[in-house]
Amino acid sequence: MAGLNAANLGSSAATVMHHYQQQLKVRRIYTIIAIAVFLIALFASLNFANNANSGKFFERLPYLFDFIKNFVPDSPMEIVRAMFDLPSPYADGSLKYDYTSDRHYITDSVYIPNFFYQLVITLNIALVSTIIGTTIAFVLCFFASTNLVGAGAVRWFTRRIMEVMRAFPEIVIAGLLTAILSIGPIAAIIAITVHTIGALGKLFFEVVENADMRPDEGLRAAGASWVERVRFAIVPQVLPNFVSYALLRAEINVRASTIIGAVGGGGIGEVFRLSIGRDHAAKTYAIVILLLIAIIAVDQFSAWLRRRLIGQQSFEFGRGAA
Amino acid sequence: MSSTFSLNGAERERLLAAHPQIFQRSFMQRWGLLVGLLVTLAYLVVCFFAFNVGPAFMSGRWDRASIYVQDWYSWRAQPRLRFQDGAVVPQWTSRGQYPADAKIDWLQPTPDGGYSVIYNGTENRLDVTPQQVDVYVDGTPYTVTINGDDVRLPSGAPANMVQDGSKVLVHYGFAGQAEIRSSQVYVQRRFLGWANFFFDTRSVFWGKSFGDLAWLATVGDRIDPARSNIGHMVDDFLGNTVWQHADILSKLLQTLVMAFVGTLLGTLTALPLAFIAARNITSSRLANWAMKRTFDFLRSIDMLIWALFFTRSFGPGPIPGIAAIFFTDTGALGKVYAEALENVDDKQREGVKSVGASPGLVNRFGVMPQVLPVFVSQSLYFWESNTRSATIIGAVGAGGIGLKLLEAMGTNADWDKVAYMVVLILFVVFAFDAMSNALRSRLIGARAH
Repeated sequence: MAGLNAANLGSSAATVMHHYQQQLKVRRIYTIIAIAVFLIALFASLNFANNANSGKFFERLPYLFDFIKNFVPDSPMEIVRAMFDLPSPYADGSLKYDYTSDRHYITDSVYIPNFFYQLVITLNIALVSTIIGTTIAFVLCFFASTNLVGAGAVRWFTRRIMEVMRAFPEIVIAGLLTAILSIGPIAAIIAITVHTIGALGKLFFEVVENADMRPDEGLRAAGASWVERVRFAIVPQVLPNFVSYALLRAEINVRASTIIGAVGGGGIGEVFRLSIGRDHAAKTYAIVILLLIAIIAVDQFSAWLRRRLIGQQSFEFGRGAA
Repeated sequence: MSSTFSLNGAERERLLAAHPQIFQRSFMQRWGLLVGLLVTLAYLVVCFFAFNVGPAFMSGRWDRASIYVQDWYSWRAQPRLRFQDGAVVPQWTSRGQYPADAKIDWLQPTPDGGYSVIYNGTENRLDVTPQQVDVYVDGTPYTVTINGDDVRLPSGAPANMVQDGSKVLVHYGFAGQAEIRSSQVYVQRRFLGWANFFFDTRSVFWGKSFGDLAWLATVGDRIDPARSNIGHMVDDFLGNTVWQHADILSKLLQTLVMAFVGTLLGTLTALPLAFIAARNITSSRLANWAMKRTFDFLRSIDMLIWALFFTRSFGPGPIPGIAAIFFTDTGALGKVYAEALENVDDKQREGVKSVGASPGLVNRFGVMPQVLPVFVSQSLYFWESNTRSATIIGAVGAGGIGLKLLEAMGTNADWDKVAYMVVLILFVVFAFDAMSNALRSRLIGARAH
């Protein structure tokens, strides 16, 4: 651009050049202002966060490395023993080396190691809430789409219900149900189900609104009822997208159920919170490894299933839509 | 509709042979959906029994549930009317809903040293004296006698009065209930709304009507000469000891800061790393592979694990929350960004390259304009969802409104405060949804979300 200047251009071209440069200048000023605002917001937030924290960042940073350095199991085999509930040679009666007492016996000699048992609970919580949530969202979404429901009130009402379900803090639902039903996985299931209904319902009705309406017209011309139109015109079109979204949601729900577990829903989240809080290094690493494997496995399985059922297109949408 | 359609044998054979995929479908094609549904149903039934859903619901404390849910939109005054030296002395809980010497219109002293507790008009009230309690139900008096340690229900009492051991319980529906014991009457009187939401009883503005407050705020004389009435009101509002507005709002801000800073730092880190991970931009297979596995690792370690890990080292507060969101988001955003980069149109890069631009400039002018809207839109999605996640990881120990919620729920007496925080969270989430939707549609057009 350096070679261009107003001197060796014609008058109309010079005007264009002049306008271009002016617009460029305005744009650059806006960019600089935006970056400055962002930086100010960022540093104000960081400062606020640092002041609100109980330990200051730079004061505590050396302790982070100390924590990592000291948080080492006595031997690598300890992790394996903690994972499979085998007795530890370091056992001194304390909880830290007590791996065997939490075994879940099926028969007198066959047992499920505790962490595996808790992991299965967590995975089941995620699966059950995905199934129930998807079913309810599937039913609700048709009442929220403009192309299927004429009554604005029904649509408005359904969408607001979904929004509230999506935004309602899960821990409050879990906490309220824990107070009523006592601690257990049911509170976690209901909390995650409610969120799933809201999140999937929104994605579902957007898919339904983008559906091709020609099959619907055909059925309408043949005198089909509303339910028949939905069943034979809309559902076959949207089902692949629905399945894909539901599988993505299942992945998210596995993570959600570990977190809710840590707040009182049971499962591996709670065991993990206790073991890291009590400085039980071997147990903590065992759980981290198990969780890592489980989450990668679930992600891979869901990706494989999506590719099998729907093909490559299932990867082109829905990312990040939590 | 009723047109007749007949088929001869040869035609039938021809159709069968021509369209085998319609007439001879495999077992899975024919029954797959039904089998799938049955398996799912069977699974749910197994889970129903494995998780003990039935017994848990049977033994659930549903009476408490109704109290907790009522607490969301109403409040209880709970004085204990103690019998001391032949007189009745009211004793209040620490929540301090009334100032020490307030005149309360539903709790009035009677001439004989007792108290009269009014529920639904004067027809439904308790007249409490140390010797006996007269319970009025719809205008009919029933005398509950107190003899030493024993409290006795009169015969012919209505169904809302119950003898429970040596106590008598009286229920007046939503208006409240009372527990008559030999040493005291434990009164619970319920009112709609949140008590002392704006000012606590220590404030000079307590008990004033909105009209009075508006007058004080605009044209009224200064109550405290040192500061304006509005400033005074804001101070008293934020310093409300019962509702802790200042604390709750600052905790909410911590949660928002966690989500904002975590997502922003994640975006800024993921951006350059995604260029390394993209196959078409960095030609080293090893670097691509290593970077992608790093993203997978960061993403697959749950946000919970990061949160607990950093809480352990930095102490509770927003820093562990920021760190947890930062680490997970760097992984998740990096993966998404790298995929977007691998799908860019190569023509623009070639164009920029053909005029002799350096690799940096090729990326700046050949790649960035294509992917920037997608990147920003993805980051906004993550910001939105992290605002919600920050509440939950806060509860695990990272601080913020999540921890505050968990504390309020733990006491089982502060459900009105829980409701207040939920309203705040819903408001913030909706505001952020609207904001990020508006930003996204400006960036990539209304069609894309």
